[in-house]
Amino acid sequence: MNPEPIKKVSIVVSKGSLDGIYPGLIMANGARMEGMEANLFFTFFGLYGILKKYQDKIRIATVGNPAMRVPDAKGFPLPTLLGALPGMSAFATSMMMKEMDKLDIPPVSEFVEMISDAGGKIYACKATVDMFHLTDDDFVPQMDRVLTVGDFYELSAGGEIIFT
Amino acid sequence: MNTQTILNQEISFDDEGFMTDHTQWTPELAAELAKANGIETLTDRHFLVIDYMRQCFIENGTGPTVRRLTKQSGVPMKELYALFPGAPAKKAALIAGIKKPQGCI
Repeated sequence: MNPEPIKKVSIVVSKGSLDGIYPGLIMANGARMEGMEANLFFTFFGLYGILKKYQDKIRIATVGNPAMRVPDAKGFPLPTLLGALPGMSAFATSMMMKEMDKLDIPPVSEFVEMISDAGGKIYACKATVDMFHLTDDDFVPQMDRVLTVGDFYELSAGGEIIFT
Repeated sequence: MNTQTILNQEISFDDEGFMTDHTQWTPELAAELAKANGIETLTDRHFLVIDYMRQCFIENGTGPTVRRLTKQSGVPMKELYALFPGAPAKKAALIAGIKKPQGCI
């Protein structure tokens, strides 16, 4: 007998780097494409993914990222000191965005809109909203609601929770 | 792989129900495939999507990503999900007689 298919996923996006935010977006969009219910819950620095002014300024960390290689994924490891040079992170990000664009992976703002239009729900974490002193105006219009962790568990009932 | 006789034609499908030979496809066949997948009537809007998917498949060997699909076919995301309820890209590919779309977006 085949195992029961997954019907619903709730994905927590907790990190604000490019590789912290995109996997959650890709998984949520993929879930909707497969006909699953999808919730995205943005918390801590992950919240930058749905902040109007900052969501398209998400970058790759070139320091503290030991897997980072240049000039491409099979190049030589980027020394930490070079990674710390001004502009390195922006440069690495633009290189990566070019590759992502070839695969039709949209910028964060467009991606969040796509997921929302596809019926995915977008939530912000209350603790972070309070900690960062944010208001509704700071968020993209696709943000459905600010949730407490209790609300999050409640609306995740009957589905899988994925933490990224 | 299995074959079914639809509209007096032998059509072959893969294990997931996608047609293995897109040249066997006709709009009349699409209507039958749609019914089998829970869509009673195909409208012009459905065919905008289906035609673009077929065109993309014939040119590139795979169906488009949903992002490209919505941008190029002129059918916005919300409508796409309404036209092909559930899994839109997969369902549209089934009805368009092309293989399952590859890719994550």
